[in-house]
Amino acid sequence: MSEGDTVARPVAKRLALPSWLVAGGAPVAGALVGLAIGALLIRLTGADPLQAYATMVRGAFGGPRQITDTILKASPLLLVGLGLTAAFRARVWNIGGEGQYYMGALCGGIVALYCANWPRPLLLVTMLGAGVAGGMAWALVAAVLKVRRGMSEIISTLMLNYIAILFMQYMARGPLQEPGGYLPESAQFAASTRLPTLLGTRVHLGVLIAVLLVPLVYALLWSTPLGFRLRAVGSRESVARYAGISVEWAIVFALAFSGGLSGLAGIVEVSTLHTRLKAAISGGYGFSGILVALLGRMHPVGVAIASVFFAALIIGAQSMHVVSGLPDALANAVQALIVLCVLAADALARRRLNA
Amino acid sequence: MNWSLILNWAFVVALVTAGIRLAIPVLLAVLGETVTERAGVLNLGLEGVMAVGGVTGFLVAYLLQSGPLAAWSSWIGLLAGMAAGMLLGLILAVLSISLQADQVICGVTLVVFGQGLANYVYRQAFSSLTARVPGLPALPIPLLSRIPVLGEILFDHDATVYITFALVYLVWLFLFRTHWGLSIRAVGENPAAAETSGLNVSAIRYAATLIGTALAGLGGAVLTTIQLRMFREGITGGRGWIAVALVIFARWQPKLALVGALLFGLADSIQYRIQALSQVERGMGTIPYEFLLMLPYVLTLVVLLYRTGHSEAPAALGRAYDKSAD
Repeated sequence: MSEGDTVARPVAKRLALPSWLVAGGAPVAGALVGLAIGALLIRLTGADPLQAYATMVRGAFGGPRQITDTILKASPLLLVGLGLTAAFRARVWNIGGEGQYYMGALCGGIVALYCANWPRPLLLVTMLGAGVAGGMAWALVAAVLKVRRGMSEIISTLMLNYIAILFMQYMARGPLQEPGGYLPESAQFAASTRLPTLLGTRVHLGVLIAVLLVPLVYALLWSTPLGFRLRAVGSRESVARYAGISVEWAIVFALAFSGGLSGLAGIVEVSTLHTRLKAAISGGYGFSGILVALLGRMHPVGVAIASVFFAALIIGAQSMHVVSGLPDALANAVQALIVLCVLAADALARRRLNA
Repeated sequence: MNWSLILNWAFVVALVTAGIRLAIPVLLAVLGETVTERAGVLNLGLEGVMAVGGVTGFLVAYLLQSGPLAAWSSWIGLLAGMAAGMLLGLILAVLSISLQADQVICGVTLVVFGQGLANYVYRQAFSSLTARVPGLPALPIPLLSRIPVLGEILFDHDATVYITFALVYLVWLFLFRTHWGLSIRAVGENPAAAETSGLNVSAIRYAATLIGTALAGLGGAVLTTIQLRMFREGITGGRGWIAVALVIFARWQPKLALVGALLFGLADSIQYRIQALSQVERGMGTIPYEFLLMLPYVLTLVVLLYRTGHSEAPAALGRAYDKSAD
């Protein structure tokens, strides 16, 4: 979707505002309205919204530990969101981030379980590589169905989500279950599989990779022929086809790239946080990642900001749950509300121009 | 595996009977989405609409079951589920019809919103996770239910099953034999021409979206309030998405929607039955239950493999109509 650009430029011209301000205005306004409606939801349960939000802010940013939590939570969202940014730019609606995340975690996790005595650099590269490959392979199933049979990737990636989660559940309960263990989960990964951390903090290599990918995805989209092709397919498929761009390859690349990054998010999260394979390894990152890409207006820098914001919402809602007993499911509802408000604000801005 | 356990009459009858029941929530959503898409609006938010309809229906039925309205609690719950579905539909309509925002993006976001809202409401309202509602009794149709085999399969269900089957016919009648249906289809095929001939494209699309989400909300409410008589997170289990797929499979035809939903219901029923059996008959435990649970999702993919190519889709499906554009 290039709406961010097409809206921002003419409004900026008319009001003589810098375009980045207009482009950023809708998300900020949307966030405020979304949080206000969220406050209403909290109020309906009889709790004090201001107090609840204060607890959330303290929980997400109240100290070094909280800030680290938020940064760690932001990295899988950022990875998924960056991948989807490339896919959505081509109007390839991969909503299977969740399944690709699970397959990445599974493939990388198998390496972590069975290759733990390899030399550490080789082990880590293989583990992360297997995570990328797992997510990519799962997304490519949808790509083949789309290119060969014309099946909507929306439906196929979504169905593949359920299949992947059930498959992980089976593997964790069956073939990969900890020998002699009772719970449906694998053995704990060896210490050698932990990603190296920075300067004695809990911030690990996965965060670094996610941050480094921000400029890389920007460069991919705006400075390479491939990125141009993706955006061309996204803005006018028929024109792109006429100009000799292979729409099919763009679709395959968009799915593979976004699937690979979701898979990477899966193995990073599992190897650093859960340190074993089991069914409950995702807090719905695949879906939150979609919202992050949308709120970040499918721009890598925007996606980075959105991922930190949503991570703060999730971490904050957890501490709100602990302190005041309000369900942390509120975070998901408020995230979606914010994106709905942004969609409305964008559309309103566009209509104002046309009128 | 002991096949004689599967291949006997009683088992097959129970299987098909359960399959019909399990098809109902999906069928309601498919019928609703058929109306919506016929008007050119793509509502991908069904999964969220069903979740909100489900939690609302369950909550209302639960709160009313011990009051003066106890006898009507299930029915009022179903109506509340419809109303809640329409509220979500209204959000989608404002965004995608009035404001002409991208329908795919709006729909996906609506799913996350609906699921988050449903989970929030449920966890806030119920501290114990074992809440149940009474549901509706079976309503055997006199005489017909006594026909051997067929009677049990078709005529010994609760009222929502009969109502849904009637709706298949009524939705067909509405879309293809009434003036309103004609208007809806005209708006979905060529909105500019429809507007020229005096139809109010926006109003008709609003109506079709609200009808669709009312039926999807009802589907969610039937699932929680009548069939499972409980709510839990993710209870809709992809039924909303499967409904979106079945509309394509059914080529936007209510009668084929019935076939698609029954296929799904049967797959779901087989999955439940084999799981139940494998607990009795240990030899059957060789199929891990996760693979059985995958059945409806795999079936949806397989079924779509042979039904792609959208030539029969409403021509203006998914595209916003801008009156001032021409």
